[in-house]
Amino acid sequence: MNYAELETNVPYPDIPPGDQRSDADETGEAVGSYLIGLGLAALLTAVSFFVAGTTLVWAPSIPVALVVLAIAQMGVHLVFFLHITTGPDNTNNVMALAFGVLIVLVLMVGTIWVMTTMTHNMMPMDQTMHMHH
Amino acid sequence: MSAFEAAGGREDFNRFRPDRDARNRSYAEPLPAHDQVSKRIVVGYGFWIYLLSDIILFSAFFATYAVLVDATAGGPSGRDLFDLHKVAIETACLLLSSFTCGLASIGARIHRGSWFYGAMTATCLLGAGFLFIEINEFRSMIALGAGPTRSAFLSSFFALVGLHGLHVTVGLLWLLTMMAQVFAKGYRADVLRRLLCFSLFWHTLDIIWVGIFTMVYLMGVGQ
Repeated sequence: MNYAELETNVPYPDIPPGDQRSDADETGEAVGSYLIGLGLAALLTAVSFFVAGTTLVWAPSIPVALVVLAIAQMGVHLVFFLHITTGPDNTNNVMALAFGVLIVLVLMVGTIWVMTTMTHNMMPMDQTMHMHH
Repeated sequence: MSAFEAAGGREDFNRFRPDRDARNRSYAEPLPAHDQVSKRIVVGYGFWIYLLSDIILFSAFFATYAVLVDATAGGPSGRDLFDLHKVAIETACLLLSSFTCGLASIGARIHRGSWFYGAMTATCLLGAGFLFIEINEFRSMIALGAGPTRSAFLSSFFALVGLHGLHVTVGLLWLLTMMAQVFAKGYRADVLRRLLCFSLFWHTLDIIWVGIFTMVYLMGVGQ
């Protein structure tokens, strides 16, 4: 059954997150989409675990590589498992996601920035306290 | 019945409120086709909003962990405690369970019982396997004296990873409920909507786990 078919009078009906678009509604294609997602996610996970333990690459670049790989894998999960795509039927889902990502970024970057700056500024006092003890 | 009521007293009353009359008429008219949305879209979108708020909740726990990761108070750090082999098995369990959860939603869509129940059972076993390894990891850490009370680092670690484990536990209970509902009520539209929400929830837990294994485990060991 195709949920989008219920609204065929609408040029671009919205689809809820998690449902696939009508052009990928054949069962074989739907399974194929999940298989591609599984393959890509497994590959990115394997590369992450390899990069974390390797001495082949310049050590300071490893955290950056891990973050990039994690974001890529989150994208794979969003597209192939949650079916959040760039199609016109997904505009509302993507807008909600964009706002969520904005809040997450403000919260995490803001917290880490403020707290590391504070720790840095507190350092002399911390050392003074050590001298007293 | 008075003559006033028989003549439609409410309409009479509205003669003094032309604005309300206009408003009522606009509500009574059928909506244009592009304004009609199915309940499935409304429910799915609403649950998506909830999931994004859940991700924001997790981001606060991630930020707390990132700030406190070096506050070990002379106790063990991530490098002393984490076993990446176990984390790799946990990751594989959760990723495969996300895949089988997708298969279960296809099985429900085409109303094929063997496919749906098989994939849901696989999802349940993989999720339970993940939880089993995680609880064992927590127990061995606490046995080593590295419980949540040892340092700020371990408090934030148990809070973040424990919150995710709690979500997985709730997800497993929800999964069993959905299997029971499909068994008892069949592939009804409302049951399928709940199933859509469950699969979104389960996939989102895997996305959060990607953040955890990267930021907590891989970066913690590689530091």
